[in-house]
Amino acid sequence: MKIKEIVKILDARVVCGEDQLEQTIDVAFASDLMSDVLTLKNDNVLLITGLANLQTIRTAEMSDISCIIFARNKKVSIELIELARENEMIVLECRFSVFKTCGLLFTAGVKPIF
Amino acid sequence: MDNQMQFEYNVEGGNFTRAGYASSQIKKILKQLNVDIAIIKRTVVAAYEAEVNVVAHAYSGTIYVDIDTEAVKIKLVDEGPGIPDIDQAMEEGYSTASSQVREMGFGAGMGLPNMKKNADKLEISSEVEKGTTVEITMFLNDKG
Repeated sequence: MKIKEIVKILDARVVCGEDQLEQTIDVAFASDLMSDVLTLKNDNVLLITGLANLQTIRTAEMSDISCIIFARNKKVSIELIELARENEMIVLECRFSVFKTCGLLFTAGVKPIF
Repeated sequence: MDNQMQFEYNVEGGNFTRAGYASSQIKKILKQLNVDIAIIKRTVVAAYEAEVNVVAHAYSGTIYVDIDTEAVKIKLVDEGPGIPDIDQAMEEGYSTASSQVREMGFGAGMGLPNMKKNADKLEISSEVEKGTTVEITMFLNDKG
């Protein structure tokens, strides 16, 4: 699915990576535990999380994750945006809970990792 | 040996703003060297888990990176409380992390097991009240 479709489904705010919304993702994973994210072997993963700190971006960087959705109406810091930009990531903010975010994307056809 | 490169990074205990900086630099270097992306991912995940451990548990540390045509070796030497029982620390789910570490999305007792899964070779030695040394070796030519 294209990121721009995800933005539309979630009525999300694009925080950075506006020029990369034509990119597609294969699967999605939701977690607030970065240790779990670091165990993923898949490529092209969309991360849905409510944990908005710099380590979320670092974890995504190490895991080759290029698109992150911050759910639960979490607001990201300027430092987080700078680090995400440096890594050419797409960051979205969404007002829905993680559960609803996942539900909407799953219904729209986004696949889970397992 | 030809084509050998060495790098060194300091890690500050407790500074979560900077945690991951060294691993990020290592990733950039390996990308520039055109290392296979699957190997890069395993290397930097192991390095990052180890770097976060230094930030989470130690007072300070140094990361020594040694790259040649055969392997990438990452040695993390910290000054800190050390690990009294390494076998126990290697168990999935065992953690002594603080609540601050858990708030950062870590501290579930998964770091060391995940380092072992990703590294081709992992060596840990520790002395209580002195510090811990972790050595991650990644082979670049399918010797893992």
